[in-house]
Amino acid sequence: MIEFKLPSLGADMDKGKFLEWRVKPGDHVKRGDIVAVVDTSKAAVDVEIWNEGTVYELIAEPGVTMRVGSVMATLLAPGETPEAAEAEKRTRPAPVAVPVQAESVPVTAVAAPVVPGERRRVSPVARRRAAELGVDAETVAGTGPHGAVTLEDVERAAAAATTAPAVPAAQLDKQAEMRRAIAAAMSRSKREIPHYYLSERVPLQNATLWLQAENARRGLTERVLMAALFLKSVALACEKYPDMNGLYRDGKFEPGAAVHVGVAISLRQGGLIAPAIHDVQKKSLTQLMQDLTDLVKRARAGSLRSSEMSDPTITVTNLGDQGVESVFGVIYPPQVALVGFGRVAEQACVVEGGLRIIPAVTASLAADHRVSDGHRGALFVAEIHRLLQQPESL
Amino acid sequence: MTVISYREAMRQALREALSRDERVFLMGEDVGKYGGTYAVSKGLLEEFGPERIRDAPLSELGFVGAGIGAALGGMRPIVEVMTVNFSLLALDQIVNSAALMRHMSGGQFSVPLVIRMATGAGRQVAAQHSHSLEGWYAHIPGIRVLAPATVEDARGMLWPALEDPDPVVIFEHVQLYNLEGECAGAPRVDIASAAVRRAGADVSLITYGGSLPKTVEAAQQLAAHGIDAEVIDLRVLRPLDTEVIVESVRKTRRAVVVDEGWRTGSLAAEVMAGIMENAFYDLDAPVARVCSEEVPIPYAKHLEDAALPQAEKIVAAARAICGKS
Repeated sequence: MIEFKLPSLGADMDKGKFLEWRVKPGDHVKRGDIVAVVDTSKAAVDVEIWNEGTVYELIAEPGVTMRVGSVMATLLAPGETPEAAEAEKRTRPAPVAVPVQAESVPVTAVAAPVVPGERRRVSPVARRRAAELGVDAETVAGTGPHGAVTLEDVERAAAAATTAPAVPAAQLDKQAEMRRAIAAAMSRSKREIPHYYLSERVPLQNATLWLQAENARRGLTERVLMAALFLKSVALACEKYPDMNGLYRDGKFEPGAAVHVGVAISLRQGGLIAPAIHDVQKKSLTQLMQDLTDLVKRARAGSLRSSEMSDPTITVTNLGDQGVESVFGVIYPPQVALVGFGRVAEQACVVEGGLRIIPAVTASLAADHRVSDGHRGALFVAEIHRLLQQPESL
Repeated sequence: MTVISYREAMRQALREALSRDERVFLMGEDVGKYGGTYAVSKGLLEEFGPERIRDAPLSELGFVGAGIGAALGGMRPIVEVMTVNFSLLALDQIVNSAALMRHMSGGQFSVPLVIRMATGAGRQVAAQHSHSLEGWYAHIPGIRVLAPATVEDARGMLWPALEDPDPVVIFEHVQLYNLEGECAGAPRVDIASAAVRRAGADVSLITYGGSLPKTVEAAQQLAAHGIDAEVIDLRVLRPLDTEVIVESVRKTRRAVVVDEGWRTGSLAAEVMAGIMENAFYDLDAPVARVCSEEVPIPYAKHLEDAALPQAEKIVAAARAICGKS
């Protein structure tokens, strides 16, 4: 029997609200299939499965907030019978509690400890009343049997919250929740990761001309933007300098097997999300452009896939649109590097002994000093510089 | 107001029925010369004579069957069975004949029979005389099951039971016979509804028969803990008055069902199921129950006490679901 557990969809996620199933018992699933939709503090995410098998039992119930690692469903492995699964279930100990990281600070004090993986005890009438009053019953302190949230608890919480502003509670919660998640991840980053920073002005004369010529012969929908060149150059540089690409976990660096570039996307309602484009080093510019457009659209619509949330091995942030010259980013843990691009603008550059006005961009690197040193970082940035001079090779 | 015992109330009810309708007669083991196992019919033989107060041979199957025959023949028999344990010998007559006759005859025959029987424990008469099998009878379509738990109900339920054209089983809990209460004349009571014996706001204690006094006592103790308990007396075990139960639980949002029957497959379970079906979204805590331990009722006093629902157990269960244990 295979247990399908709620995956962590990013370092800042310790729980998620289960929204719906996309499969039913008896369905055959394979690696990469979308099986469920889970709301994280950042977005509703389509969760993929990494095992092949047949859905046996759906455990998670819609609307319930679960800890990362909670068993959401069980699957029969290929060839396994339901009888065998039942037998295994009987011999298996109760689901192991997943420890909650001490650094995640709950928004509201909860009287009873929430056992990870177990549904919060909220009485039926309290749940109903909470929905009517717009109170999140999961965050209310419970005084009922076994710490269950009772009607009285909900009404007390609602009375205490009457000073809340007119913004719909759900939306406000969502924004506050995302802010909290970003705060947790970034605080952790600055606390744990010894950042070093490098920057380099990169001439984009060749790239600009090449793009103009390329786009001139392409249809409107197939045109490529400079952003795609940036992504590809970073990915190729990562292949050459793998100590920029990967995750730092449990005191050691694990190089990424492929380059999954997290793309920082700002959301209209505020906040930030950095889902991955997979295998950027292998993809054509046309493909990358399509992926990028699609990713931005879905990130803003709130329908990302779980692998996109959890897989990035390096992040690229592009604040050039905002008109700033350069950006020095904060690494998204447990990644070890972040590449920033500023505004692409006409600048006075010395080229072949003469002063010329050409388009250029400031590329910057924030990297983890536990994994790499400035020297390696410099070679990495220089490689990005070099690659962007040969756009046809990207 | 006059204070009388439950036993006296039952005797007055019998006397009234025998006087009002000449088709009524009482039949059972030791109801005549001995005056009834629990002395309910004492003096009636002298008053109404052996034709109408009939001692039966020791065969529950035989005399319950005779009662059915008499009812079919136009009489209004009251058959007394010594205890519910012994009534199992007559189950075939009650379940396969009395309860089915209207159905099997296509509505041509009805069986206007009343069967009274003692039930329950607490008098140290050991397992074969102490069980509480009301739930078994409450399972059977075709019969009405009553459990008078107050002096007033003991006095008032018999006559409407005799007026019912179908078989009615009346359970008299042995612990109640000495219960005293005010009762004047012939109170008019129904044999269809449950009753609120004590109004309260925090938890519904739902019970019947011999457990009612214990439950009322528990409600008084709970008041000292700041829990305002409502006490519901089911009175009629079949058909159950779900409306009163649900109305109470909707108000208090919590319920403890108290039932002297064994826990598994109990009448308490049926009451709880009715609450789930009708008031789930009004509940503020899981519904609890206090039933008998799943053992034959012991003879030894301390063990018998331990096996039965008691006020302390009811208080503990109510406090637990109120989050105040």
